[in-house]
Amino acid sequence: MRSLIVLAGVLTIWAQPGAAQQNSHAQVERGRYITATANCQSCHTEAGGEAFAGGRAMETPFGTIHTPNITFDEATGIGRWSKDDFHRALHHGRSRDGSRLYPAFPYPHFTKMPRADVDAVYDYLASRPRVSKERKEHELPFPLSWRRMVGIWNMMFFEPGEFRADPARSPEWNRGAYLVEGPGHCAGCHTEKNLAGADNKDRHLMGGQLENWAAPNIRGGRNGGLEHWSAAEIVAFLKTGRNAHTGALTRMGEVVNVSTEEMTEADLGAIATYLKSLDSEARAPSSRPSEAVLKAGRAIYFDNCSACHVSTGVGVPHVFARLAGSNKLNDPDPTTVIRIILEGARAVPTAARPSPLSMPAFGWKLTDDQIASVASYVRASWGNNGAPVTAAQVEDVRSALTARR
Amino acid sequence: MKKLPAVDVVLVGFGWTGAIMAQELTEAGLQVLAIERGDWRDTPTHFPTTTAPDELRWYWRKEMFQNNSRETLTFRNNRGQTALPMRRWGSFLPGEGVGGGGVHWNGQTWRFLPSDFVAASHNTERYGSLPEGMTVQDYGVTYDELEPHFDRFEKLCGIGGKAGNLGGTIVAGGNPFEGPRSAEYPNPPMHMTFSQNQFARSARELGLNPFPGPSANMSRAYTNPLGVQLAPCSYCGFCEKYGCGNYSKASAQTTILPVLMRKPNFTLKVQNEVLSIQKDSTGRRATGVIHVDIDGNEYEQPADLVILCAYQLSNTRLMMLSGIGEIYNPATGEGLVGKNYCYQVMTSAQVFYDDKYTNGFVGAGALGMCVDEYNGDNFDHSGLGFIGGGYLANWTTNARPIETHRTPEGTPNWGSAWKKAVADNFLKSTSVGAHGASMAYATNALDLDPTYKDVYGRPLMRMTYDFTPNDRAMAAFMTERVTAIAKGMGGREIKIEDRSGPYDSMPYQTTHNTGGTIMGTTPANSVVNRYLQSWDVPNLFVMGAGVFPQNAGYNPTGTVAALAYWAADAIRTQYLRAPGPLVQS
Repeated sequence: MRSLIVLAGVLTIWAQPGAAQQNSHAQVERGRYITATANCQSCHTEAGGEAFAGGRAMETPFGTIHTPNITFDEATGIGRWSKDDFHRALHHGRSRDGSRLYPAFPYPHFTKMPRADVDAVYDYLASRPRVSKERKEHELPFPLSWRRMVGIWNMMFFEPGEFRADPARSPEWNRGAYLVEGPGHCAGCHTEKNLAGADNKDRHLMGGQLENWAAPNIRGGRNGGLEHWSAAEIVAFLKTGRNAHTGALTRMGEVVNVSTEEMTEADLGAIATYLKSLDSEARAPSSRPSEAVLKAGRAIYFDNCSACHVSTGVGVPHVFARLAGSNKLNDPDPTTVIRIILEGARAVPTAARPSPLSMPAFGWKLTDDQIASVASYVRASWGNNGAPVTAAQVEDVRSALTARR
Repeated sequence: MKKLPAVDVVLVGFGWTGAIMAQELTEAGLQVLAIERGDWRDTPTHFPTTTAPDELRWYWRKEMFQNNSRETLTFRNNRGQTALPMRRWGSFLPGEGVGGGGVHWNGQTWRFLPSDFVAASHNTERYGSLPEGMTVQDYGVTYDELEPHFDRFEKLCGIGGKAGNLGGTIVAGGNPFEGPRSAEYPNPPMHMTFSQNQFARSARELGLNPFPGPSANMSRAYTNPLGVQLAPCSYCGFCEKYGCGNYSKASAQTTILPVLMRKPNFTLKVQNEVLSIQKDSTGRRATGVIHVDIDGNEYEQPADLVILCAYQLSNTRLMMLSGIGEIYNPATGEGLVGKNYCYQVMTSAQVFYDDKYTNGFVGAGALGMCVDEYNGDNFDHSGLGFIGGGYLANWTTNARPIETHRTPEGTPNWGSAWKKAVADNFLKSTSVGAHGASMAYATNALDLDPTYKDVYGRPLMRMTYDFTPNDRAMAAFMTERVTAIAKGMGGREIKIEDRSGPYDSMPYQTTHNTGGTIMGTTPANSVVNRYLQSWDVPNLFVMGAGVFPQNAGYNPTGTVAALAYWAADAIRTQYLRAPGPLVQS
C-alpha cells in the first residue's frame, strides 16, 4: 500500500541530521519533562521493548496502527530529522517526507505546543540511545491506507495553532488547560469520537471508548465524572496512581507511570484546577434492574466482592476501590465494569505506592448472566445510577477479549 | 558445569529472612542474588481470593508446601529405631516457593522474653544446675540488643496488638511480662469475638492478665515504612496453611517484594536448588554455591558472601551436605551441626456451648486473647521439675469445614453419631491452647540418613525426636492451667487434649522446628556466633530458627525476623568495613 502514498508538501531544504547536536544537560532535562507531559513513551514503546523504539500496535476502529521508532537511529528512527521536520510533525501532522501522518498521532493536540517546547523534546530524544527497529506496516483498509485521505480529515477536523491563554482565567487554569488540551492530549481517550475518528467536540472529555475500555468522563465541575473528587484527590491520583476513590489500572496506569507520576505537583495541581472548572451535562436517571436481578446480584456480590469492596460498597481508601459513587461504575458505557470483572485489574505500582494491588479475574468463575447481575447490582446500589447490564453485553466484551488473545 | 558471573551476596532460599536480607543488603548498595528452589508466587496470580480458600487443594493435597516427592526427611523417636521417610507432611508443613512458609503462616508475631535469650544462665542462677541430658544454652544476644530489630519487623508487618511494657512502664491491657518496648504496636488489636471475650473473662476471674495476641493479620489498612500497603483483614479464617488473597496478612509479598523487585541490584532466580556451599582450599572461606535448575543443569555461582535463608531443616542439611562443621553425634557429644533440635509442646482443651454461637468461621490466624503468666520464667518453677512454659490463648483461627470439627468427649470417630455431633457443635465450640517451649536435650537431634536419598541422590535429613522429661512435666502443668481457664468460659462441657505418649510426626501440631545451626558464645558450643555468622566460615551467615539453641514458649517468626535484621545490621555496619570474624574465638 505504501506505493500509493503520494508525496505532498514541500521538501525542506534546510533539513540536516540533528542527531549530532550536543545539548546542555539543562535542555535535555527540560525535554525529558516535556516528553513526559506528552506521554510519548507510552505509544512509542512496545510491551517489553526499548523505550521510544515504537512497534506498539494501536487498535483503532479503522484498523491497526503500528507506532514508529522515534529514537534517533538514522535508518529506522528519526535520526535524519531536523528540528523543523520534528516541529512540522507535531504542529501540522506531516512526516519528514511531507506525507501526512495519521491522526492516531495526536498532532491536533501537539499543535498547541510552543516551538521551544517541541525543540526541547527533540533534544531529549536526540540524547537517548539509538535503537534500530523497523516499523511494521499499518493494517488499514483502502481508502484509509491512502494517506491523502488525511488531508480531507484535516480540513474538516484539524485546527493548527499554538495554545492561546485565556486572559480572564488564572495562570494556573491556563497552565492546566494547556497541559490537558496540548501535550497531555487527554481527549485522545476521554472524548468520544465521531464516525471519522475525530473528537466529538460537544462531548469533550465526557468519556470515550478505546481498545475495549470505556475511558470515563473526567470533567470535574457540576455533573462531571470527577465532580466528587477534590483537586487534591485528582493530584494524588495522577502522582501516586491511587486516591481514596480508586486506582489507575491498565491504560491510565501507563499514563501515570510514564507521564503524570513524573510531573510536578504544581503542574498536576494546574490540571486539577482546569478539570474542576469543566461542567458536564446532567444525567437522566437510569432504569433500575428488576428485583430478581438485584437479588441475584447482591448474593454474588456478597460472596465474591464484599471482602474487599465492603458490603456497603465503600471499599478501603487507597487500597480497594470505592464502588459507591464510582465514576467507572456510573459510566453510561459498562464496558470497563464488565471487563474488570472478567479479567481482573491491577493498580499500577508507583514510586509512592509500590504495591501492585490486584483484583482477580472472575471470567472463569462467573457466567455471563451472573456477571450481568452483579454488574447491574453494583451500578444500581449505594446511590449509583448506572443502567442494568445484560448478559449479551457481557458476552460481547468476553468474545472481543477472547478474539484479542 | 557453567560458572556464572560473581555477585556480592548470594541468598539461599527466599522467604521471610531472604526478603529481609535482600532488602537490607541492596540498600547497602550490594549486588544481591536470591536463589529459590520453588516457584515465583504473588497474591493475584497464586492465591487470589477466588482460589485462596481452597481447603482441599492447599492443605489436604499439600500444594502450598515443600514438594516431598523430591526431598523429605526421615523420622524416628529415638536412636534405637530405624527412621523412615515422611512421605506426607503431618506434624509440620515446610514451605516452598517465594515467600516460603511466611506465605502460609498464621501471623502470631511474638517477641521472646528477655529471660529466654539467657535461658541457661538465668535458670541455673535461680534454680541450680540444669538436669542431666538437658543442653539448653544462652543465645549470645540479649533482648535489649534485639529490641530495635523486633520493632522494625513489627512496623514492617503492621502488627496489631497492645503494648504491656513501654520503656519499662507497665501498661494496662497489654502483656505485663513482655520485655520493655521502645514503641507501641503500629496497629491496634484485632476485633475480638465471643470466644475471646469468654476467655478474657475467665482469665481475669483467675487473677490473670489477658491481652490481645500480636497479629500480622491487619486490624486496619496499613502502609509500612517501605510504602507497601496492606488491607484490613476480612476474618475469613484462611491464614495458616493458605496464602492470603486480600493482602491482609504480612508476608514477603505484602511487605517487601513490591519495593525489592524494582531494584536493579537485586536478582531472583526461582526453580533453582542450591546443592552445596563451595569452599576454597583453606576451608575457611565460602566461594559461592552450586545450584541446579529444573532441567538438571548445574551452575557454579561465585559470591563474596553466602547467606542461608531457607527453612531451618534445609539450612541445617545444607551445612551437613557442604561439610561445614562437624555433624553432632549424641553418642559422643562431639560435633555441633544438627544439635539441639527442638520443637513446640502444645496442649489444649475444647469448650462446647449449648446456646451460644462462637461462629468460628469468623476467624483469623492471630485473632486471639492470651495470658503469659505461665511462660518462660514469669512464674516460680521451684519444685515443678521443669523450666520454661508457654502462653495460653484462645485463638479463633478458622472453622474450615474439612479440617475443623470439634466433637465432645465420647463421640465416635465416624458414622451418623459423629456427623450429628459435628453439626451440633460446629458453630458452638472453641478451644484454649498452651503454646509450650521446647528445651534442648542431647537425645533430640538432626543428622543425615544412612539409607534414604533425595531426587539428586543426596542423603535425606534424619530427625530423631521425642518429648523430653521437661516437656512432659511442663505439658502436665500447662494442661491444668488450660483446663482451669476453659472451665470458666461458661460452656456446657470441655474436652482435654493433653500431651501424652510419644511425639507423633503425623497429626499437625506446628511448623516451629528449631535448632541444628545453633548460635552461642563460643565455637565450642555453637555453629554460628551472636551475629549468626559461621564460626568456621566467616563469610557464611545462617538465618532462621535453626539458630535457636532451644525454643521458647512463643511462635518463632518475630524472633527469627529480629535476628535477621540484627545480622543484616552487623553485616552493614561491621562486616562490610572489615570482612572477617565479627566475634573473635
